[in-house]
Amino acid sequence: MVSAALLHEYAGFNMTDRLAITKTHKLFIGGSFPRTESGRSLKIVDNSEQVVAHLCRASRKDLRNAVEVAAKAQPGWQKATAYLRGQILYRMAEMMEGKRAELAETISSVTEHGQAEAEVAASIDRLVAFAGWADKHQQVLGCANPVSGPYHNFTFPEPIGVIAAISGDTWPLLELVSLIAPVICTGNAVVALASQSNPIPACIFAEVCATSDVPGGVVNILTGFRDELIEHIAMHRQIGGVLGSAELSSDERTALRLGSAENLKRVAFVSPGEDTGDWLNAELCHSPAWLEPAVEFKTIWHPSAS
Amino acid sequence: MADQRAASFTKRSIKTSMKAQGLRLALSMVDLTTLEGKDSPQKVAALCQKAIKPYENDASLSLPVPHVAALCVYPSMVASARPLLDGTGVQLASVATGFPSGQYPLAVRLRDCQQAIDDGADEIDMVISRGAFLSGRYDEVGEEILRVSELCRSCSKHLKVILETGELETYDNVRKASDLAIQAMHESGLTDEPGAGFIKTSTGKVSPAATMGVTLVMLEAIRDHHRKTGQLVGMKPAGGIRTAKQSLHFLIMVLETLGTADGQCPWLSPHLFRFGASSLANDLLRQIVKRETGVYTADYDFSEA
Repeated sequence: MVSAALLHEYAGFNMTDRLAITKTHKLFIGGSFPRTESGRSLKIVDNSEQVVAHLCRASRKDLRNAVEVAAKAQPGWQKATAYLRGQILYRMAEMMEGKRAELAETISSVTEHGQAEAEVAASIDRLVAFAGWADKHQQVLGCANPVSGPYHNFTFPEPIGVIAAISGDTWPLLELVSLIAPVICTGNAVVALASQSNPIPACIFAEVCATSDVPGGVVNILTGFRDELIEHIAMHRQIGGVLGSAELSSDERTALRLGSAENLKRVAFVSPGEDTGDWLNAELCHSPAWLEPAVEFKTIWHPSAS
Repeated sequence: MADQRAASFTKRSIKTSMKAQGLRLALSMVDLTTLEGKDSPQKVAALCQKAIKPYENDASLSLPVPHVAALCVYPSMVASARPLLDGTGVQLASVATGFPSGQYPLAVRLRDCQQAIDDGADEIDMVISRGAFLSGRYDEVGEEILRVSELCRSCSKHLKVILETGELETYDNVRKASDLAIQAMHESGLTDEPGAGFIKTSTGKVSPAATMGVTLVMLEAIRDHHRKTGQLVGMKPAGGIRTAKQSLHFLIMVLETLGTADGQCPWLSPHLFRFGASSLANDLLRQIVKRETGVYTADYDFSEA
């Protein structure tokens, strides 16, 4: 039993105004939230040049660590049933639903397109759409080829391995989710580089991944400078493909293409259409065409009975 | 105390040219090892290639990478590996004397050792009877090491005595077993030749294997023997060393435990220090290639070992 007199005596020490507890956003690598090994930070400013947060400025070694864990996690993710991958993507949508307000707030505090809520809603819908594609895209993208002979001939999609996804800045959450969802839907692991101007929603999205049964290492999210990391993404031989937002500058795209030539990475720059508003368009963005840059097609022969 | 001291060696900063040198040195000290029930002459042949030329594309580097120190196999693989390693500078090591348990009659274990030598092994990795050691029958353990040492010496072969530190329970026991092994090799005259006698931590079949703590205790036993007699006994940590960074920590420990004040250390050579490992070689290669080309490599850039 606490003495009332003592409580009264100490009452003066209580602070009347509660201090705000702000969230420290960190990287997301291998299912945990480490700080950058470099110890550097990144200043995030809003349109009036006010600093709203300091984030990790990922280094090439953080990239290396992320690729390392992604390469370890990918085979298990590929082996999981397509149905399970779909369930987990849907679970991500569920968890994101509970973070709508926080996501919208972090979008609108820096990115002033005035459609934060629409962006969050579209991002959630995207996860649901690709949750559905997880066990259906094989039938749509694959086929039984017509051949004349005592054998069958099948073509089917397989994951590439580790894919780097690079978000643009217009839709800091939606672009990232639109790139990641098809990549993991097909059984790849992803190392994503968040929007440079507003990486905070991506950090919240990492929390969604961490609480949705996504195996550690399947989704990794880095925050930092594109011009610092792009070259290393392009040159890294363990990364099998690069999926970038078409918003990336022509210099950035050239750097990615040049470096990727070294190990023949698949490089694709994607957007749903000419208009930036098209990213909100479900019809354009839920198409199985988004899955193609994330898969490699394999054709096999199989003897038939006749 | 040993753990704390050992941990301190992981705090050194090794960068740039020193790191480049350390990585190549570590690679040249690797005993590339395969000790599995499923080993076949074909797998051993592939590993011989790996041992001789660890990186196929080393023409792209400033200078070729060194070959590893030795290939370490089971006795039944010695005969098939022998012709593949002749004249390459890679030593052929065979585990023997009833590896990994040592739970066989001494006559059988000596016969095992003799067979490996007859088939062409350059180095013998023997195991001690841990059961006898732990029940205090030190004389018995000393005797078996002496017998194997004499056999190796009479055939001019090198010997590594595996203490299996993971089963010895305490650092005191590790030190006692080290002293016992060194003393027996000394009595047989084997250690008259520098690097002919080694002590080795583990079989790789028991965990924990080569921790930095036990390695430090063993290095101190080697140091004390050197101070007393001037003889150079080798050291081989084996098992659990998988990354290039770990291997550099071990090299630092060797330098700071056995080196002289002016930075000289004869143990920083494959003649006196080895790493028993299988996956370490590829991690060393990855770091070497990354350093020289600036490109992060993929696991499939290197042949399996």
